[in-house]
Amino acid sequence: MNQVVTPAAAQAAVSIRGLQKWYGDFHVLKGIDLEIASGEIVVVCGPSGSGKSTLIRCLNLLEDFQKGQVLIAGNPLDRDAASVAAIRRQVGMVFQQFNLFPHLTVLENLMLGPRLVSRLNEAQARALALEYLERVRIASQADKFPGQLSGGQQQRVAIARALCMKPRIMLFDEPTSALDPEMVKEVLDVMGELAQDGITMLCVTHEMGFARRVADRIIFMDQGQVIEQARPNDFFDNPRHARAREFLSQILSH
Amino acid sequence: MYRDHIVKPRATDNPAFMALTTAVIFALALFYGVGDGSLARLMGPIVLDLQAPLMRNIAVAGTLAVTLVLNLFILGRFALRAQVITVWFELLLLFLLFFDTFDLSYSFIASKVGFMITQGVFTTVYVSTISIAIAFVLALMGATARLSSNGFAIAIASFYTSFFRGVPLLIQIYLIYLGIPQLGYVVGAVPAGILALSLCYGAYMTEIFRAGISSIPRGQWEASRAIGLTPFQAMTRVILPQSMRLIIPPTGNQFISMLKDSSLVSVIGVWELMFLARTQGRAEFRHLEMLITAAVLYWVLSILLEAVQSRLEKRFDRAHR
Repeated sequence: MNQVVTPAAAQAAVSIRGLQKWYGDFHVLKGIDLEIASGEIVVVCGPSGSGKSTLIRCLNLLEDFQKGQVLIAGNPLDRDAASVAAIRRQVGMVFQQFNLFPHLTVLENLMLGPRLVSRLNEAQARALALEYLERVRIASQADKFPGQLSGGQQQRVAIARALCMKPRIMLFDEPTSALDPEMVKEVLDVMGELAQDGITMLCVTHEMGFARRVADRIIFMDQGQVIEQARPNDFFDNPRHARAREFLSQILSH
Repeated sequence: MYRDHIVKPRATDNPAFMALTTAVIFALALFYGVGDGSLARLMGPIVLDLQAPLMRNIAVAGTLAVTLVLNLFILGRFALRAQVITVWFELLLLFLLFFDTFDLSYSFIASKVGFMITQGVFTTVYVSTISIAIAFVLALMGATARLSSNGFAIAIASFYTSFFRGVPLLIQIYLIYLGIPQLGYVVGAVPAGILALSLCYGAYMTEIFRAGISSIPRGQWEASRAIGLTPFQAMTRVILPQSMRLIIPPTGNQFISMLKDSSLVSVIGVWELMFLARTQGRAEFRHLEMLITAAVLYWVLSILLEAVQSRLEKRFDRAHR
């Protein structure tokens, strides 16, 4: 997708500096510093309540944060409408609950953003939507409503919907956690193919097999902090931190 | 309701239940003294020949009880749909019999009903339709304002709903009709009536719209934001179309209710159905004829609206079929 290396692409796709967030008195993120290179595949894991979803939701300002700075492709994430709009155009997001628009068909779901945000005409938007539906192997369902699809199909549509905006960075917020076990693979396969295309990906997931196979880097979070960062093999075979060891033993033991 | 699969014996096959029902009807009829009423006259000479009041009472009450219970027994054997339709018609028949005892002049009704429809129904429908359309827009603005983060908008909208929901419609109609001329504008009765109805129903519908909009899951807003829609686009393209499914049924309800509340604007002299019902019968003291005619016309209008509402509901439900 974005395989031409421009100066902008050479710099960090995402740069997080001293990010802190509170929900009332609760300190969710206690100072996160992170650099993610363009094209890098990063998996964020950690126990529930560790702040990993909150962290990636800060990157397109679905959550606000109180301290620190976020840069997307070098552009600071400010609170003004123009800056947020520019950032959101570059950042695609896939949710745990899919969040497809139930009143629109699959095709209409995909065309909405290109029509309204990218200002494509009807034919262009349709062609684009069909192209991405093809890529997630679901073009035959284009005229169905989301409610008529299985969970795995819905999540693939959601991925295609995000891709239609041609983002540089894709955020995945536990994309397979709401799926029946037999549907996890079809979604992970699509994500794996996406990773090979060179898009920058930041995934919150408990799918450790996927993390080991696809990720360039694992980030382990606990209690609002990044505890450990490592290459997948190092992280899984030789976690340095006690809490990471404990987490892995719990998640891999069953 | 969600039906269970437990099989229960029919109550109408239960002799004890049927006997009890018969006894209760008989006792009530006897106590009420049906032997002296029009029912006895309907039953004719056999009963009237009975000189003793008690005997006549027993005969009529007994006949009534047996007829009703027999009807119940037969209806119990019908399929659900046939049951519903038959009972509907029986109730309607009872209703008509009840009105028939008023000794109405049908020729008087026939002579007036044309005017009642061309003037009265027409005015009622157009006043209500314009009012509901304005109320719809007011409600949309009111709900958006209530849910916004603008202090002025929230204050204006909540003041508006508080006042217009908190004051009787009749007083609002008077206030608007008599109050606005104080400002130097003379308003006609019809515009004043439409204004009052729109403002009042707009306030009620603000709450309906607000509930409809708030019930859309937060994820829909988040997904809209994530693909870069502006708040306005998210509202008009994603949230409202989904809310409509929830908003249409109670709005239809409000429209039916408004159709009847529009009778209140008759007090300021709008020539709608209720106004005509009160004035047309006056000259010949045929008030009841006109009131019943108006009642029937209102009822028919409501039934038509219910049909329209159910079609609309289906249309906005296309994703859930």
